[in-house]
Amino acid sequence: MRRRLDRTALRTTTAVAAAAALALALGACGGSGGGTDQADGGGTGGGTAPTVRLPHLAGQKVQVTAVWTGPERANFVKVLDEFEKRTGATVDFVPSGDDMAGFVGSKIAGGGPPDVAMLQQVGVLHEFAKKGWIKPLGADARAQLARNYSRGWRDLGAHQGTPYGVYFKASNKSLVWYNARAFDDAGAKVPKTWPEFLTTARTLSDSGVAPVSVGGADGWTLTDWFENIYLSQAGPEKYDRLARHDLKWTDPSVKQALTTLGGLFGRTDLLAGGTSGALQTDFPTSVTQTFGGGTPKAAMVSSADFAAATIGQTKAKIGTDAKVFPFPAVGAKSPVVTGGDVAVALKDTKAAQALLTFLASTDAAKIWAQAGGFLSPNRKLDQAAYTDGVMRTIARALIAAGDDFRFDMSDQAPASFGGKPGQGEWKDLQDFLKDPRDVTGVQARLEKDAATSFGH
Amino acid sequence: MSAVQVSEVRRRGGRVRRRVPGSRRLAAGFLLPALLLLGALVVYPIAFSVRRSLFDAAGTGFVGLDNYGAMFSDDGIRTALRNTVVWVVVAPAVSTVLGLVFAVLTERIRWGTAFKLIVFMPMAISMLAAGIIFRLVYDQDPQRGVADAVWVAVHDTFADPAPFPGARPRPRAALAPSGGGAFSTRAAVRAGSPVELPLIAVRPDDLRGARPAAEAAARPGAVTGTVWLDFTRGGGGRPDVLDRGEKALAGLRVEAVRGGRVVASATTAADGTFALPGDRAAGARLRLPAADFAEAYRGVDWLGPALVTPAIIGSYVWMWAGFAMVLIAAGLAGVPRELLEAARVDGAGEWQVFRRITVPLLAPVLVVVLVTLMINVLKIFDLVYVIAPGSSLRSANVLALQLFRSSFGTDVDQGLGSAIAVFLLLLVLPVMYVNLRRIRKERRR
Repeated sequence: MRRRLDRTALRTTTAVAAAAALALALGACGGSGGGTDQADGGGTGGGTAPTVRLPHLAGQKVQVTAVWTGPERANFVKVLDEFEKRTGATVDFVPSGDDMAGFVGSKIAGGGPPDVAMLQQVGVLHEFAKKGWIKPLGADARAQLARNYSRGWRDLGAHQGTPYGVYFKASNKSLVWYNARAFDDAGAKVPKTWPEFLTTARTLSDSGVAPVSVGGADGWTLTDWFENIYLSQAGPEKYDRLARHDLKWTDPSVKQALTTLGGLFGRTDLLAGGTSGALQTDFPTSVTQTFGGGTPKAAMVSSADFAAATIGQTKAKIGTDAKVFPFPAVGAKSPVVTGGDVAVALKDTKAAQALLTFLASTDAAKIWAQAGGFLSPNRKLDQAAYTDGVMRTIARALIAAGDDFRFDMSDQAPASFGGKPGQGEWKDLQDFLKDPRDVTGVQARLEKDAATSFGH
Repeated sequence: MSAVQVSEVRRRGGRVRRRVPGSRRLAAGFLLPALLLLGALVVYPIAFSVRRSLFDAAGTGFVGLDNYGAMFSDDGIRTALRNTVVWVVVAPAVSTVLGLVFAVLTERIRWGTAFKLIVFMPMAISMLAAGIIFRLVYDQDPQRGVADAVWVAVHDTFADPAPFPGARPRPRAALAPSGGGAFSTRAAVRAGSPVELPLIAVRPDDLRGARPAAEAAARPGAVTGTVWLDFTRGGGGRPDVLDRGEKALAGLRVEAVRGGRVVASATTAADGTFALPGDRAAGARLRLPAADFAEAYRGVDWLGPALVTPAIIGSYVWMWAGFAMVLIAAGLAGVPRELLEAARVDGAGEWQVFRRITVPLLAPVLVVVLVTLMINVLKIFDLVYVIAPGSSLRSANVLALQLFRSSFGTDVDQGLGSAIAVFLLLLVLPVMYVNLRRIRKERRR
């Protein structure tokens, strides 16, 4: 699924981080003292009283790993800084690279896992829980969770009824960001349905701008396209069954969804850079080429709210230059596909549990919400914390969806099907982007890969 | 020690070792640390991998040779195998040949050492860093990738970029695609009645400084008309009608075609109008040639599925040709000058000297370089891992990378991974054998 900011740069940091992590793991073996008394933290997040009590953890070290790089990492570090200030613990952030499962797996094999990991895939959470790699939430974290999260989000972080994870960051993947100037120039209207969407795309193309930017080098962007169309067209019930692989990928509903998607992917004049260009465009580039520079290379990019962080790197201003509309309804209703980063403890330490408690609190959510590029599934978070209107609207929609949202399908699948570059669904949909006419062939490959990965 | 024993020792040239009491235990004592290390670090992991490869993903159920069967029936792994073969054949050979050429040439030139230094420099960079560098070098966007920047620059020197790439008529307009990217009028044109040739999908950048289009005046005895962008900024324009403010497309070639031959041609003026002599153009169809609308040349798709392996091999050669060169240059220093001189005196040309004297004398060094590189290439991993984008990772896959991908992470099968590891070991064995035999031969000399 996941965003991969600059893959190559990331790999470097991963390598460096791996070395650093090793050193830290060695160093961390020493101290495990720390106070036991409860106390209010020193910092106050956004100028209000803290809503969560954290233990004193002076001298303790916590290592956190997440896929975030660039601005997302910087903002998360702000949250961690506040935790450090309140507890006295030292928190180290280690970027995991885009293969979080592989990173944590090799760390555990090496005997030095990080304390806390931010996982993106529900499937990975279940696998880790089955292997006993992650520890159940402590009482404090559970209390925060019960107070701040709706049932749908709590269930997503649980495995067989035991709560393991805190969904700290959510994403709404059913959005299309668009370049307002390109729309004005072309006189294009914001579409509500899929046919309108294609008409808008054609109008934009007529005006001389490539309408749709697709980051096809990253397979997860393509799974998002498919999931939005499928959820809206086939409905939530079939969506859930396909996610569990109780429904075969050779099902006519999949064929219909792929054919619908092929109506866009098969039109080289509607994709920025054509098919081959789209296949070489990674996610950050797919966003920056829509909003960066004097004349944009594309007018629309379907992407989650976290694209805002990447848009922030261009000169475009969110809300005026970069606007957003909900993914068009292919069937009766517009889809709401979500993703999210769930914090889990890989070690049963007091500091790790304290960090999870903090992440489940409104205080932590508020810090990143103020920094931007963030959506919290925390329903108690005051919507005023979102600094820009666009994010506030998206957040409101997410909270309003209650439990009607559906979690990203590929993130529910085993990692070998829905979570690894160059194989499974990622690869099969890239093949589909390459040749959108071969719907049956892609279905057969998807079914074969799914059967291998799910084991049924 | 008896006199007989001593003479025995002397006769054999002192090569017989005398037995010292308790020497077996002593020898064992000296060997033990090395054996322990070798056993723990080499023998045990190999034995463990072989054993592990016979078990299933969980490591509990014995599956016999199933993992090996799965390995050869999996498409992805077969691609990895094929790519590994390509790597082993191509990369060491190209590196060695280039190294040989560099070594022989640098021997002759004045700044040879400086040149060698530069060629050798990439060796100082880690594979990871080299991978990152080449990921950028091969980027398809000429603004970022230097390979395509050069390629596109060379291409555009010989073929001018089109003025309006991607422009096209509306689906049911007077103009229709007439094959090869050109557009022709559906009907023949007449003199004295202006022809309207509207186009759309012109990139805003290409229109910078364009003037508003003008209606062409009807002129008896001439075929006149206008080519313009039939798109009003902000929408609202009528299709196929020259609305106010719509921009002219200047500098376009308009051809009159009759019976497949161009009978007249003109270029549109700044206001988009053109005029063709009526005596020749009347009754012909007008055509806008494809050259004016060709999409900008996008360069080579280096990291696409087709070229990704050769491209990554290229980056490997960049790194390792220097290594080959240095070893070969050292070997070259040991080649007796007299032999070369003698050959030259006997009238051999430089090429003959190179072919018949230098290369045969260098053969042992060349084999060392080749074999070393082959072993090195069999375990190639980092370059592929870093350079190949996700969409062509599968086409670039090699065994060592597949081994990693199969074994580590979640939802993996270490049985399968171990089977790949054992298979890789088997692949290295023949190369090792050649190497060992060569070393032994050298010692005997």
